[in-house]
Amino acid sequence: MRFRLNGADVDIDAHPMRRLLDVLREDCGLTGTKEGCGEGECGACSVLIDGDCVVSCLVPFAQVEGCSVTTIEGIDAEPLQRAFMDEVGAQCGICTPGMIIAAATLGANPTRQEMQQALAGNLCRCTGYEAIFRAIRAAKRQGGAPAAAADAGR
Amino acid sequence: MLRDDGALVPLAGATDLYVSLNFGTLTQTRFIDLWPLQGLRRIGLAGDVLSIGALATYTSLIRSRLVRQRVPMLVAAAREIGGIQIQNRGTIGGNIANGSPAGDTLPVLAAVDAVIVARSAADERRIPFAGFYTGYRANVLRPDELIVAVEIPAVDGTQWFRKVGTRAAQAISKVVMAGVRANGTSHVALGSVGPVVVRARETEAALARGDIDAAAATLGREITPIDDIRSTADYRRRVAANLLRQFWAETTPS
Amino acid sequence: MPSVIEHAVGRSVSRKDGIGKATGRAIYADDLSFPGMLWGRTVRADIPCGRVRTIHRAFDESGFTVVDFRDIPGKNVIALIEHDQPCLVEQEIRHATEAVLLLAHEDRERLLAARVDIEYDARPPVLEPERSSVVFKHIRIEKGGVDAALAGADLIVEGTYRTGAQEHVYIEPNGVIAVPENGGIAVHGSIQCPYYVHKALVTLLGDAVSHVRVVQTETGGGFGGKEEYPSTIAAHAALLALKARRPVKLIYDRSEDMVATTKRHPSIVRHRTGVTRDGRIVAMDIDVLLDGGAYVTLSPVVLSRGTIHAAGPYRCDHTRIVGRAVMTNTPPNGAFRGFGAPQTQFAMEVHMDRIAESLGMDPVRLRELNALTPGDTTATGQVLGNDCSALETLRRAVKQSRYHEKRANVASTGRGVGVSLFYHGSGFTGSGELRLASRAAVELTDQGVRVLTSSTEIGQGTRTMHAQIVADALGIPYEQVEVAQPDTSRVPDSGPTVASRTCMVVGGILQRAAAEVRRRIGDAAPGDYFRANGPLRVEAEYEQPEWIRWDDDSYTGDAYATYGWGCNVAEVEVDPVTFEVRPLRLTAVVDVGKAIHPALAIGQVEGGTAQAIGFALLEHVVMRDGAMANGQLTNYTIPTTLDTPPIDVTLVENPYPGGPFGAKGLGELPMDGPAPALINAIRSVGFDVREAPAIPEVVMAARRS
Repeated sequence: MRFRLNGADVDIDAHPMRRLLDVLREDCGLTGTKEGCGEGECGACSVLIDGDCVVSCLVPFAQVEGCSVTTIEGIDAEPLQRAFMDEVGAQCGICTPGMIIAAATLGANPTRQEMQQALAGNLCRCTGYEAIFRAIRAAKRQGGAPAAAADAGR
Repeated sequence: MLRDDGALVPLAGATDLYVSLNFGTLTQTRFIDLWPLQGLRRIGLAGDVLSIGALATYTSLIRSRLVRQRVPMLVAAAREIGGIQIQNRGTIGGNIANGSPAGDTLPVLAAVDAVIVARSAADERRIPFAGFYTGYRANVLRPDELIVAVEIPAVDGTQWFRKVGTRAAQAISKVVMAGVRANGTSHVALGSVGPVVVRARETEAALARGDIDAAAATLGREITPIDDIRSTADYRRRVAANLLRQFWAETTPS
Repeated sequence: MPSVIEHAVGRSVSRKDGIGKATGRAIYADDLSFPGMLWGRTVRADIPCGRVRTIHRAFDESGFTVVDFRDIPGKNVIALIEHDQPCLVEQEIRHATEAVLLLAHEDRERLLAARVDIEYDARPPVLEPERSSVVFKHIRIEKGGVDAALAGADLIVEGTYRTGAQEHVYIEPNGVIAVPENGGIAVHGSIQCPYYVHKALVTLLGDAVSHVRVVQTETGGGFGGKEEYPSTIAAHAALLALKARRPVKLIYDRSEDMVATTKRHPSIVRHRTGVTRDGRIVAMDIDVLLDGGAYVTLSPVVLSRGTIHAAGPYRCDHTRIVGRAVMTNTPPNGAFRGFGAPQTQFAMEVHMDRIAESLGMDPVRLRELNALTPGDTTATGQVLGNDCSALETLRRAVKQSRYHEKRANVASTGRGVGVSLFYHGSGFTGSGELRLASRAAVELTDQGVRVLTSSTEIGQGTRTMHAQIVADALGIPYEQVEVAQPDTSRVPDSGPTVASRTCMVVGGILQRAAAEVRRRIGDAAPGDYFRANGPLRVEAEYEQPEWIRWDDDSYTGDAYATYGWGCNVAEVEVDPVTFEVRPLRLTAVVDVGKAIHPALAIGQVEGGTAQAIGFALLEHVVMRDGAMANGQLTNYTIPTTLDTPPIDVTLVENPYPGGPFGAKGLGELPMDGPAPALINAIRSVGFDVREAPAIPEVVMAARRS
């Protein structure tokens, strides 16, 4: 399957019905994307496909052909990443890669409601979400939204 | 291909089917991937009929100016399905084909008398929504047919939608209702209160007489809710009646 | 030594975790791989009670490692308080999901496809705690003369309160990898208490291994769910790895984790309270029943904490608390943040509101009149010192939330307002800390010092907070302190990472170890001393404050060295159409003694509050035939971003002199108050709810006529 992964052209041989999550973690060695439930409920496995935030546990590998996939390892979101640690938006950290992928879709200066809507598909058990909102506000105040990856469009 | 190869399961956004596959509860092993079929994503107007491609995602419904203008309650339903991740992959065709009693777009489609466009190698046919389901997760599609679009005629009147889930987001409906009210006529449809979506025609008749109390009582007889791991029949029945009253109150011109 | 070093304690310093959690580089159990690794799987009983008649392996066994109880070299037991829980079923089944057989294979598909057919002789299970006759533990706390005092009261208020099971839903499921090494075994995994696992494996494996090593990987949440349970999953992985002579990775999927592992003990608590007409509590008669599940595990300790806290933060001269933890044929229940106190304080706080209703009194006023103050004695006869903050947290929360104004406007706004007052003992109960005899060490490095404890970072900030304490105790920059990964071959046994003890108790031991290091190296910078004189490692042990007196037999005395205190005010809207409860705001004022890292401390309060909101309103464990029927995240619903309200936290610092820099325990306190505050808010708008979770079906049935 030929596609773009974190800005680089790749050609990966894997069964088309395997979960994208497993291909990323096992075949590509990118373990930053996490499995929390396997049912598309927790959002820990979130990645971007052509700039859209999706749960990779529900994407059959066949469907990324010709697409651009961005994982936490490849996302250009350093202000968000720094803010998550500084504002304690990450406690145990297992939901954090998925959170950052989802948060990266927000524009500048998001309202509380916009953050709630964007992250409604990402479960956190540690923070109660308040510090996550603080982290996103801090990052998105520092000069605009971080770009998703080298090429987000299709 | 569907005709030739027999038991191929169509796969689109994979937000329902793939879960069953990964949990080992799906017995089929052969799939046909519809995702790349861009032609099935179009949302457009033909005369007074809104045509929505089967592969239109919930996100595309939410963003579509046409859908927002003409069927805002479909946007309301799409907004309450999962989070952005599910909305970006789940499709209206998938919601219809999956036929879950809790499918959130289904009461909307029932209330607007939508028409399902099914195509095979041989022909294309238009199936009124009311005649599409034959039972729990069962429909009239032939093995060689695919849903390619759903058509929604112009909707006359005020639209109303409410989903009652197990929590505020990412929730399966316990009761879900779509309603349209225009002058003396109402259309009312509910999900999660029976094996298939219920178009409550007797209730509508009572509403047409202006008798909300009779309508609420009638509704209790037209639905067959059950106890399950998410809720109780008693709760569903009472809340369905409450939703009806809320619909009636909120669509009554002040 | 530099002349001016900014103190680390009390500042929200940059965390020792680095940025790995946010870049995806932090390594959790499932991210690890070892050469030649096999996948593991657990085959489980699916009846709640009976015996195994036959086991038929209906699959091609080539390439498979299969383990049953006969492969256990030591004792077939998961060693904890009692030795009643087998590692693998021999014949008797006491709960559904009990582990019968273990499989491992290189090919995960073949592993999952392998069919094992088990035939049983089923027996009628006991599924209701009220019907159980097997008592794991019985506790009785008595003070004064309750019966006479009740007889003399102006009014007696009775009530029964229930809380359901709760599942932890750490976002990272349980998982370990067992690796044979040099005649022994190493287990790497998602673990709160490496030495609990160590002890369990030593008992299980006996002489079959030369040594046991347990290493904690970055852990994606624990909340008590990885306190004792990892001993079981580690035992299973180790048995497979030893038989296969290859590493075995055993990671549960979400469903298995939810259904098969421990949950919060369901509770039924009955109150009979005697009060005077002007609102003073004169007698409390309390009965506590906890459902322990099929094996003892930690039920005696959960019951202990639950009963000790059952009378709430209130003064009462005549108190009787009788508690029982009983067996049912369900998966064993275990540790979960709060550990019995959320259950019994739920009952106390809802009961307080019912007392206020009966007296026609304001619920805040009732609490003010009866709240414990310095010099008062608790139900176990402990005299409280100046570190008691019940009234202060109550008054500040009431003011911060504008409780009285909102309460007066309930009828006009339709918005409910409720309050709860609560406390939480820090560290192990009574003589528990003495028995643990925890140890922690500080050693010199080329750069500064290294902290050596078995306390685990599970998101609550252990690494950071311990480094802050040691830095300030030594008078060196925080940047010069590193924290070793908990590996039982390298770090001493600091006791489990539970019971809100990691800062107060272990931090206290580290403080003394660091002070001793300073004594030995004089004014030198640690790195300089290390380069000049070679290694230096100082290990210190727990020292119980000399004033603590506790009697295990009579359950009297100083139950805890100190307590955290808190008050919650909750505001809700109850939808009249659907009976859904929408929390609007949750105000939390908590006394933590000293916030070592304010942002991490606030994070504990916000997170614990959200978890308690789930406990109060959303999280319903549905049991069918002795097992959880809704074991998917789709059906067991924890709060999303749209379910949690703004959480307004105020930290109070009323120091405990015996804690490092005045710190008390913090991790569990926030769990104790939100549920009753929310239920009291629901009550204030006309619903007689006395249980949690107050799901809409419950609220609907509780409408007051």
